[in-house]
Amino acid sequence: MKNGFLIFLASFITLGGSWLGFVYEPLRQLGGAEQTTVLNSSDIYPLQRSGEATLGLQVYRANGCAACHTESIRQTGVTCNVVLMNAGKNPDAMTNLISSLVLTNLTKEVADKAAAQITAAGGKSEIHIVATGPDIARGWGMRQSVAEDYLYDQPVQLGSLRAGPDLANIGVRAPDANWQLTHLYAPSGVVKGSTMPPFRYLFEVRKTKPGAAPSPDALQFPKEFVLPDGYEVVPKPEAKQLAAYLLSLRANAPLYSAPISP
Amino acid sequence: MTVNEMKTPDARVETPDLKVDASLCVPLLALFGGAALWLVVGSVLALIASIKFHAPDFLAGCPVLTYGRVQPAADDALLYGFCIPAGLGVVLWLFAQLGQVPLRGAIVPVVAANFWHLGVFIGLAATLAGDSTGYAWLEFPRAGSVLLFFAYLLLALWATMNFAGRRERPLVPSHWFLVAALFWFPWIYSTANLLLVGWPVRGVVQAIIGWWFANNLVFVWLALVGIGTAFYFLPKYAGRPLQGCSLALYAFWMLIVFGTWCGIPQGAPVPAWLPAASTFAAVLTIIPVIAIGIVMWKTLCGGEKCTVWGGPYCFVRFGLGSFLLSSLMLIAMACPHFSLVTGFTWFGPARIQLQLYGFFAMMMFGAIYHLLPRVVGFEWPFPKLARLQFWFSMIGILLLVVPLAIGGVVQGVKLQNGVAFLEAVQAMLPFLRASTTGLLLMLLGNLLFALNIFALTTVWKLALAKKVIALVKVSLTAVENEKTSEVKA
Repeated sequence: MKNGFLIFLASFITLGGSWLGFVYEPLRQLGGAEQTTVLNSSDIYPLQRSGEATLGLQVYRANGCAACHTESIRQTGVTCNVVLMNAGKNPDAMTNLISSLVLTNLTKEVADKAAAQITAAGGKSEIHIVATGPDIARGWGMRQSVAEDYLYDQPVQLGSLRAGPDLANIGVRAPDANWQLTHLYAPSGVVKGSTMPPFRYLFEVRKTKPGAAPSPDALQFPKEFVLPDGYEVVPKPEAKQLAAYLLSLRANAPLYSAPISP
Repeated sequence: MTVNEMKTPDARVETPDLKVDASLCVPLLALFGGAALWLVVGSVLALIASIKFHAPDFLAGCPVLTYGRVQPAADDALLYGFCIPAGLGVVLWLFAQLGQVPLRGAIVPVVAANFWHLGVFIGLAATLAGDSTGYAWLEFPRAGSVLLFFAYLLLALWATMNFAGRRERPLVPSHWFLVAALFWFPWIYSTANLLLVGWPVRGVVQAIIGWWFANNLVFVWLALVGIGTAFYFLPKYAGRPLQGCSLALYAFWMLIVFGTWCGIPQGAPVPAWLPAASTFAAVLTIIPVIAIGIVMWKTLCGGEKCTVWGGPYCFVRFGLGSFLLSSLMLIAMACPHFSLVTGFTWFGPARIQLQLYGFFAMMMFGAIYHLLPRVVGFEWPFPKLARLQFWFSMIGILLLVVPLAIGGVVQGVKLQNGVAFLEAVQAMLPFLRASTTGLLLMLLGNLLFALNIFALTTVWKLALAKKVIALVKVSLTAVENEKTSEVKA
C-alpha cells in the first residue's frame, strides 16, 4: 500500500460490500413487507397493536426493558405428530394398528407413512407440526420468532440478554393485566427470588377516602402481600400502557415462514 | 542506540521537532480531558447498574437511575465518551508524529472536541431521562448524534489533512489501520442514524441494521484504531522493528474484508442467509486474528523486556492480549452449536466489556500515558499513581469479564437443559457479585487516570497563566520605562 487513496479505496469497497449485504439487501427483501395470512386461515397477521399498547412500547423503550428481556424465540427444528381424527368402520382393527405405530416425534416421511397406513385401514388422521427447542420446551412460545412478528414495532426491541425471561409471548403466558401491574410494582412480591427492579415510579400510592369506593384501577394484590390499611396503589397511565403492550405480545400465529399446528 | 533513536518502519525518530508536539497540546487536552470525565461517569453508572442485581430495590424509586437506563448510559459513556474521543486524539498525534508535520488550525479540533463532548452530554442526559432511541449503541437522540457526527467529521478531516501533508511520505502499517478507521465511522453512523432514527425502516430490518452498525463500531472500528495504535507502540517499546510488515498488511485486509460482515446472531428472526453469512465471516475472522497474534508474538519475542511494571508497555501488551481473546469470543459466539448456549447470556456482555475496556481503553491509557507529557511539556504529576492504575484496571477488567463469561456459559447450559429460569438467574448471582467487585476496581483505576489528566491540565494552565502574567508585567514595565524616560526628557 503506497498511498492514502488506496487505503480509502480498500475501505470503501469492503465496507460498501457489507453495506450492500446487510443494509441494502435486507431493505429490498423485507423493507416493503406487508401483512400476511395465518396458515390455513384467512386471518391477517400481524394486526396493528392497540393505541394503548403502541404507547406502551414507548414506555418499554424509555425504561430500557430490552436491557434484560428478549422478544425472540429460537427454534432448533420441527417434529410431526400423527393425530387420529376418525377411527373408521372397524375401531378394533384401528386400535391394533395404532398400538403398533409410533405417532409422535416423527420426521415428515415417517409421519406420512403412518398416515397412509391409517387411511388404508379406513380411518382419518391429521399430521400436526410441532416446533422444538429449549425455548419452546420452556413454554416461552409455540414457534420461533419470525420477521412478521415485528412488522408494526417502532423501535423493534429484540434485546440481546436474558437477565429476565423472554417476553415474545408474555401476553399468552400471563394474560392477566392485574398480574402484570402488580408484578411491575413489586416483582419480588409476586415472583419469589426475582432480581427485577420494582417500577414503583409508574404507580401512585393514594390514601383511600373513608366511605368512598376504591379506585376501579387500584391493584388487586395477592393475599400474602400486605399493604398499609387505608392505602391503595393506582397505576399511572404509563403503567397501564406498558401492561397493555405486554399483553399484546402474542407471537404465536402459525405462519408460512414458521408452520405449526395450533 | 536508545529506543527513541531507532528508525523502524513503525517507530521513526521520536521527534526532536518540538513544534509537532506543541501544535497538538490544546486539542489533545480538550479531547482527553472530556474523555477522562466520561470514563469516570461511565464507571459510576456501570457500578450502580451492577449493584441492582444484588439489591433490586437500590435507587429503584428514581426513574433516572432505573437499570434499563443506567446500563445503556454506562456503555455509551464508555464508548462515545471515552473510547472514540481518546482514539481520535491518539490518531491526531500519531499522524502528526509519523508524518512529522505540526497540526495546522488547531482551533478547529478544539472546537470539534468540545462539540463532541457536548453531544455526549446531551445523549447521556436524554438516555437517563428516558428519551433514548431504543437501539443498542445508538441510544443518543438526534440532538446528540448530529453533534457527534459533525464533530467527528471535523476531527477526521483535520487528521486527514495532516496525513495528506506529511513530510515522511512512506506509509507504515499503523497508517492503513487508522486511515480506514477515520473513514469507517461516518458511513456506519450516518447510515444507522438515518435509517433507524431519521426515517425509520420497517420491522425487523431495524434490528439487522442495528447489528451491522454495532459490529462495525464495536468490533471493526475499535480494532482498526486499537491495532493501528499498537503497531506504533509495540515496536517502540520492544526496541525492534515490527516483525512481519506484509503479514500486518494481510491482517489489515482480512480484518476489513471479513470483520465487517460479523454481528448477526444465530437464530435471529431474520431470513436465514443473514446469520449464515455472518457466521461464515466470523469463522474466517480467525485469519486476521491469528496474523495479528503472530506479528505481536514475533515483535515481542527477542525484544526488550518490560522494565517499568505498570508503564505504557504493559497497557499495550495487555490490550493486545485482550483483543485476541475478545475476538476469539466473538468467533466462538458465531459458531452454530456454541451460539445456542451463549446466545442471550452474560457471555455476550463479557465479550463487549473485554473489547471496550480490556482491549481498547487499556490501549488508549498506554498511548495517552506515553504521549501527553511530550505534548504538554510537563511530566505526569503522579507517575506512581499512573502505574498503580494499570493494576487496578487490569485486575478490575479480569474480575469483570472472567466471571461473566464463565457464568454466561453456566447460565446457557442450564437454560438449554430445561433448568427452571429462576434457578438459572440465581445461579448467576455469585458471578455477578464478582463482576461488581471488578467494576469497583475499574472505577478506582479510572479515578487515578482522571486525577492525573486533570492535574496535568492544571499544571499546564498554571504555567500558561504564569507566562501571561510575566508577559503583561514585561509590557507594563516597558510602558512605565517609556513614561519615566518621557518625564526625564
